[in-house]
Amino acid sequence: MWPTTIGRGLRWLPQQASTVAGQVDALFLFLVTVTVLFSGLIFVLVFFFALKYRRRAEDERPKAIHGSLFLELFWTIVPLGIVMVIFVWGAYLYFAMTQPPAAAMEIYVVGKQWMWKLQHPGGQREINELHIPVHRPVKLTMTSEDVIHSFFVPDFRVKRDVVPGKYTSVWFEATKTGEYYLFCSQYCGTSHAVMGGRIVVMEPTDYERWLTGSVAEESLPVAGEKLFARLGCSTCHRTDGSGRGPALAGRFGKSERLASGETILVDEGYVRESIVNPQAKLVVGYPPIMPTFKGLITEDGLLQIIAYIKSLKLADGTQAKP
Amino acid sequence: MSTAASDVRTNYLNADYSVRSWLFTTDHKRIAILYLVSITAFFAFGGVMAGLLRLSLLTPNGDLVQAETYNKLFTMHGITMIFFFLIPSIPAVLGNFLVPIMVGARDLAFPRINLLSWYVYVLGGTFTLVAAVTGGVDTGWTFYTPYSSTYANTNVILTALGVFITGFSSILTGLNFVVTIHKMRAPGLTWSRLPLFIWAHYATSLIMLLGTPVIAITILLVALERGLGIGIFDPNLGGDPILFQHLFWFYSHPAVYIMILPSMGVMSELVACFSRKRIFGYNFVAFSSVAIAVLGFLVWGHHMFVSSQSMYAGMIFSLLSFLVAIPSAIKVFNWTATMYKGSIALETPMLYAFGFIGLFTIGGLTGIFLATLAVDVHVHDTYFVVAHFHYIMVGGAIMGFLGGLHFWWPKITGKLYSEVWGRIAAVTLFLGFNLTFFPQFILGFLGMPRRYHVYPPEFQFLNVLSTAGATVLGLGYLLPILYLTWSLFFGKAAGSNPWGATGLEWQTSSPPPTFNFDKTPVVTEEAYAYDSQLEGHRA
Amino acid sequence: MPEHLPQVAHQFEDAAQQYETATLGMWAFLITEIMFFGGLFAGFFVYVLGHTQAFAEGSRHLDLALGTINTVVLLGSSLTMALAVRSAQQGHRNGQALFLALTIILGLVFLGIKGVEYAHKFEQHLVPGPQFQMEGSHAQSAQLFFSFYFAMTGVHALHMVVGVGLLSWLLINAWRGKYTQTYFTPVEVCGLYWHFVDVVWIFLFPTLYLVARHA
Repeated sequence: MWPTTIGRGLRWLPQQASTVAGQVDALFLFLVTVTVLFSGLIFVLVFFFALKYRRRAEDERPKAIHGSLFLELFWTIVPLGIVMVIFVWGAYLYFAMTQPPAAAMEIYVVGKQWMWKLQHPGGQREINELHIPVHRPVKLTMTSEDVIHSFFVPDFRVKRDVVPGKYTSVWFEATKTGEYYLFCSQYCGTSHAVMGGRIVVMEPTDYERWLTGSVAEESLPVAGEKLFARLGCSTCHRTDGSGRGPALAGRFGKSERLASGETILVDEGYVRESIVNPQAKLVVGYPPIMPTFKGLITEDGLLQIIAYIKSLKLADGTQAKP
Repeated sequence: MSTAASDVRTNYLNADYSVRSWLFTTDHKRIAILYLVSITAFFAFGGVMAGLLRLSLLTPNGDLVQAETYNKLFTMHGITMIFFFLIPSIPAVLGNFLVPIMVGARDLAFPRINLLSWYVYVLGGTFTLVAAVTGGVDTGWTFYTPYSSTYANTNVILTALGVFITGFSSILTGLNFVVTIHKMRAPGLTWSRLPLFIWAHYATSLIMLLGTPVIAITILLVALERGLGIGIFDPNLGGDPILFQHLFWFYSHPAVYIMILPSMGVMSELVACFSRKRIFGYNFVAFSSVAIAVLGFLVWGHHMFVSSQSMYAGMIFSLLSFLVAIPSAIKVFNWTATMYKGSIALETPMLYAFGFIGLFTIGGLTGIFLATLAVDVHVHDTYFVVAHFHYIMVGGAIMGFLGGLHFWWPKITGKLYSEVWGRIAAVTLFLGFNLTFFPQFILGFLGMPRRYHVYPPEFQFLNVLSTAGATVLGLGYLLPILYLTWSLFFGKAAGSNPWGATGLEWQTSSPPPTFNFDKTPVVTEEAYAYDSQLEGHRA
Repeated sequence: MPEHLPQVAHQFEDAAQQYETATLGMWAFLITEIMFFGGLFAGFFVYVLGHTQAFAEGSRHLDLALGTINTVVLLGSSLTMALAVRSAQQGHRNGQALFLALTIILGLVFLGIKGVEYAHKFEQHLVPGPQFQMEGSHAQSAQLFFSFYFAMTGVHALHMVVGVGLLSWLLINAWRGKYTQTYFTPVEVCGLYWHFVDVVWIFLFPTLYLVARHA
């Protein structure tokens, strides 16, 4: 059941196939060193003391040593210093791992029991596989149709839970062509262990060839536009703003003021929420009359509409920020 | 103080042999025995499941059991071991037996509540066993929503009720200990003269009291959601599945300190006795127990770094998680320093102490890996985590339990066990344990996720090593069951103080009389006064 | 073994130690109850921040009049309970019996009114589950509010039932003259429990019934 193209025989270390892998491994190696040194120290001391001070006579009575404030402070402050270094290093790297570069290629992922559905912006769909070009940052926007799953690519050192009812995202940049395991790493039921597949990293030209050779489907924004019309969204969300709902061009990525007074960023999560639970965060100045589309639209459909709305330009030709 | 050693006298064991006198006892020592029998039964049950899991993982294609069965096995292995073995283990057996005696009291503050706690434990355990044999449950011991609340089709509610009920056993035990330690110390026994075993149990009891109610309500909510369709964790109804994780881990992280603190208390007793020296840095060790209890409540989010929790929350939890490691490190250093210029004896309990110190150190340091944000992203939900917590729970907590059991066995039963077999078992367990769990660190770093009934073939070699180790480990656990039981019938009679240890429990006979002491002791010295003339003689 | 007065259990040195131990034990237990209810309150606060409008809507459907009456009833019962404890401390058998009986009656009144409220909710289709139905745009999230309403008041009511049971047991013993000036610990300890259950309601009432006033 595993993609037989990956099997590599006995391994002791995962591959380093992304820009962060080497950095994570360096930190890991530091932690291994600290562990070996500290445990080694304790093992040696315990062994040495057990030997040197072994009981030689039954009536031995060693002198009491109550303690040493100096030692207590020493072995509190030194470990504290070491772990603080580890904390800062780890937090710094983690921060970088959660900030996708601006020009990242967007892929949309829907996890469900028990498979991964992935969509490229041009409409190419994949099940349990993701083809990407090497040396290009890729950002996945993910959601689940049912329970919590988790998108894990060990050789990239990335992992992010995939949660129903919201979008989560992860990004990576592959540095080596090849195939790498994709695992679901949040227990999700019977076939959790086989809900995996592979990431196929290709040279850019091969990737382009793959894209054109893939089963031709509409691109996400085009599919989204069709859905937008079919579900009647265009009735109220007219492009000239004369409808009962706001015009949507150029709104994605901007802030909006809500009826409750707060301000919110129009991101994927907000658009999704506005479709399935419209009254939750209503934009100020509009009546609460939008019906809910919960149950009338799938997660895939929601992603298509989001892609469409993202693509809508303003009259002056500017596009909404991704 | 009297040191009468003969076991011909009336003691708590031979005072009354009737079944009724055991099932309706309010004697903390008998209740400890009742618990010992029940937790051993649950340990065997959980152990059999572990054996089946490891057997199944010998081959990458999961040929032994079906996926659903495997999922039920790991779920029930976790639930059994955590709620029905580890959490009660030391407190309900050694704590129940020793806390009153160590503080110089005739019994705990609330003896009938103590008995109630055992019956509640048995009731909860029965619910869970019924759930297990009528179809099992496959949510993982962590019960994450919305899988557990909406999608699973196994005995979730029944199991949840079993765990809910058993939680009260924990609460009642903790309550009894806290009140006893506060109000029933013998004259002269100030807080700074208490054995560190008592400090550890005090800290543990605080966690039991403050944490357990939260998991109770959380699990109740899951059962309500499942049974009545209310939607607190269901995103389709506006609920938040991540809220479950926060509520669950708010208890379940402190719970791991419930499982390890008592072991640390045992360690202090063992290292002091078998080095024949006061514990180095007594105040720091005592304070560390309380610090671990307090800090342990502030770190739960480190189980949720990749859950969609905010990055900033992640950083705060990561920082606090590093802080909570420091008191544990302080303890390990102090125990090691106690051995310096001591008089070290290598009897069985001390071998377990060595095992604990080594394995807990490794387990604790691998916790540092998990507290490190960037590294946790990679190893979260892999076998690295499984290895980490087994090093602490099995390499730490269970070694502590066995070490304590062997140390106080002569006191509890009035019999001596075979020292040769004791040492063989301790070494077997140490070796078997490392062979089982060390390969799992590597598997985790390679990326093998946990809770997988099948895996890529290149992981097989390490899995085979792990299963081989599990066989040795299983054998190692069988040994004490055999020779300890044997000692009950054929062991030599133990005197009141076979190890030459300090502490009030060694001042009374083995086994102790029903009311512990002939007359209320008066304490005039610090704990572990090995250097004074009167203590330290084996009797 | 030292001589013990009849009511001092064997593990205690004297009545004073027994009394202090019992009260500390009840306080420790009440702290666990704070954590138990605390989990529910924490969950509620997380959601009310995210769904303020919906929760306000839901809260408006609660019967404020009945809730207020219940608050007064429960506060009154705490007064009668305190008077019962005082009677016990003074050794007045009749006073104890009277005030315990009054407390029980007030507790039952509270539960009765709660039952009426629940029946109303059932008729109005506001019980969470497949039958839930509410007008307005916030129905989906308001169901969450009602989930919390029933969970929190339901758990509280269960505690009241236990309390009434405890007080009934106390009443029987008080009538038999078991509690005197030298031994009134059970009355005091149950009093602590009863006051606590009252205090939980003091937090529950504004949390659930007065949300709309904030929104």
